[in-house]
Amino acid sequence: MLDDKDRIFTNLYGRDLCSLRGAQGRGHWQDTKKLMNEGPEWIVEQIKQSGLRGRGGAGFPTGLKWSFMPKPDSSTPPRYLVVNADESEPGTCKDREIMRHEPHSLLEGCLLAGFAMHTTAAYIYIRGEYVRERELLQRAIDEAYSAGLIGRKAAGSDYDFDIFLHHGAGAYICGEETALLESLEGKKGMPRMKPPFPAVAGLYGCPTTVNNVETIAVVPTILRRGAPWFAGIGRARNSGTKIFAISGHVNHPCVVEEAMSIPLRELIDRHCGGVRGGWKNLKAVIPGGSSVPCLPADMCDDTLMDFDWLAEHKSGLGTAAVIVMDQSTDIIKAIWRLSKFYKHESCGQCTPCREGAGWMMRVMERMVTGDAELSEVDMLHDVSKQVEGHTICALGDAAAWPIQGLIRHFRHEMEDRIRSRHFLMAAE
Amino acid sequence: MRRRFHPEQPAGFAFTADNLEWAKQQTKKYPDGRQASAIIPILMRAQEQEGWLSRPAVETCADLLGIAHIRAFEVATFYSMFHLQPVGSVAHIQICGTTTCMICGAEELVNFCRKRIASQPGHLSKDGKFSWEEVECLGACCNAPMAQIGKDYFEDLTVTSLDKIIDEFAKGDFPEPGSQMGRFSSEPSTGLTTLIDWQSDNVTKNAAVALALEKGDTTRRIDGTK
Repeated sequence: MLDDKDRIFTNLYGRDLCSLRGAQGRGHWQDTKKLMNEGPEWIVEQIKQSGLRGRGGAGFPTGLKWSFMPKPDSSTPPRYLVVNADESEPGTCKDREIMRHEPHSLLEGCLLAGFAMHTTAAYIYIRGEYVRERELLQRAIDEAYSAGLIGRKAAGSDYDFDIFLHHGAGAYICGEETALLESLEGKKGMPRMKPPFPAVAGLYGCPTTVNNVETIAVVPTILRRGAPWFAGIGRARNSGTKIFAISGHVNHPCVVEEAMSIPLRELIDRHCGGVRGGWKNLKAVIPGGSSVPCLPADMCDDTLMDFDWLAEHKSGLGTAAVIVMDQSTDIIKAIWRLSKFYKHESCGQCTPCREGAGWMMRVMERMVTGDAELSEVDMLHDVSKQVEGHTICALGDAAAWPIQGLIRHFRHEMEDRIRSRHFLMAAE
Repeated sequence: MRRRFHPEQPAGFAFTADNLEWAKQQTKKYPDGRQASAIIPILMRAQEQEGWLSRPAVETCADLLGIAHIRAFEVATFYSMFHLQPVGSVAHIQICGTTTCMICGAEELVNFCRKRIASQPGHLSKDGKFSWEEVECLGACCNAPMAQIGKDYFEDLTVTSLDKIIDEFAKGDFPEPGSQMGRFSSEPSTGLTTLIDWQSDNVTKNAAVALALEKGDTTRRIDGTK
């Protein structure tokens, strides 16, 4: 188990002061200028060596992503850092805790990451529903400006850097980086074709890097404590600490920062008081937010919570939002509810997703009651394969994967339900 | 629910002087020529002033930013937080219904809203004070089931606690948001398993709840009235 001294977010639950003074008491904003004096290349190199992978879901190496930004010269247009705070993946509630209780770790991270990539400003795009979090984050930004930590000659350096807070209005798709940029430009949140990637043409057509809140917020501590410290936690290629959000049928759902690669069972037993009704009562776990395929109970005994283990087992770490379901759960209905979610959130731009998400939801609706033919299970799988990979963004994939996971692991349950429904109909 | 303008529209819309000033300040966040970026925050302020977004309100916002009306219509109809029809005059209750909340009891909350407020989402209660809808994941899954009312999250809900919350709103009070079963924020309900030495005696509420209590504006419109 991770020691408290190795936790980055020591005010995760807000039990301590969230103000600048409180944050400084916990070590934030200390020697920021000294870190900047080491130079942008040093910061990028440290982040590369730390092995930090993006915390928003895809797990792309952060240092590498930063190095994609074109080299700056005097004639280049403005460059932007955009922080993706549109936390909307069902099951995920980790960034909310950073924004309301650890806002200064995010702001200091913005300054250091922004400096490393020679950006002129950062825009933080927070989901519209997080109203108090937005107000708290704005309060922290105002505090940081008053203290000279951001703005002109930020934190006593020669670097000018602004942070602006912008909010959305309830569209899951705006968590996709190019949809987020469209939304930030004042348009409907419809993803853009890539390439060009945001590093070449992003916000307002300028070089832009989009990072998740947690990714940015861990940067100051990594630089302060050194890349080897961060790289030493968790398995190789999956380094660092990670905020997990465990929800659903556990005795005590919670958000907790733990070491990457922690066994799933240890995570649930240690912090959540175990599965409701005991480990044997477990039915399935969605390990990384709604988009990743579920794992049945028999796979959960040895599950390691990191990118590579879960990817090897045809699931994913995603946002590390663990949704636990016990034996009382109607798993078909639980996945149907996700299909309904994706149908609601499809932006409507690509036909396979717009039509497919609705089609899959309607078939899933009949799977819940059993009003279907046995052959439709295969048909559903086939359609999900036609949606997956045929859309501009990953929402089509995200709509398909939960259903594929359901069919892979709980096909017998779907077929049993259809058979018993047919049996009942025949009896009547 | 269909995302289109309500058949009955007011004759016009004007921002209050304070809101107009606020809107102009918002546009300064974006580079010159990129003022259209401010459309979502400004539409949201119009909604916070009136309670919902009418067609004249959207047109006013578009004119303010110098963009074509259709661009603002697109935005108003695309984003689900914009109410294109009137909502309850006291509170609009948004129950999170996505998987985690569903398996933790959100369906009971929805059924309760059907009985207590209106049989259909988006419809007003008989006295016009309340309305409700089921929304997609609000991002407070470790405190499921939960609901958003105005600016605040009410977490760890039961039918009984939701009933009591609606009673308090009906009386004109603002009930305390956050966990309704006594949790501080999103820690395990039986107590901390981590960060035990990182507590201050001066902090009695989590930051979001403390701010709500400080401002006392959970469902207050931003229309110049106190």
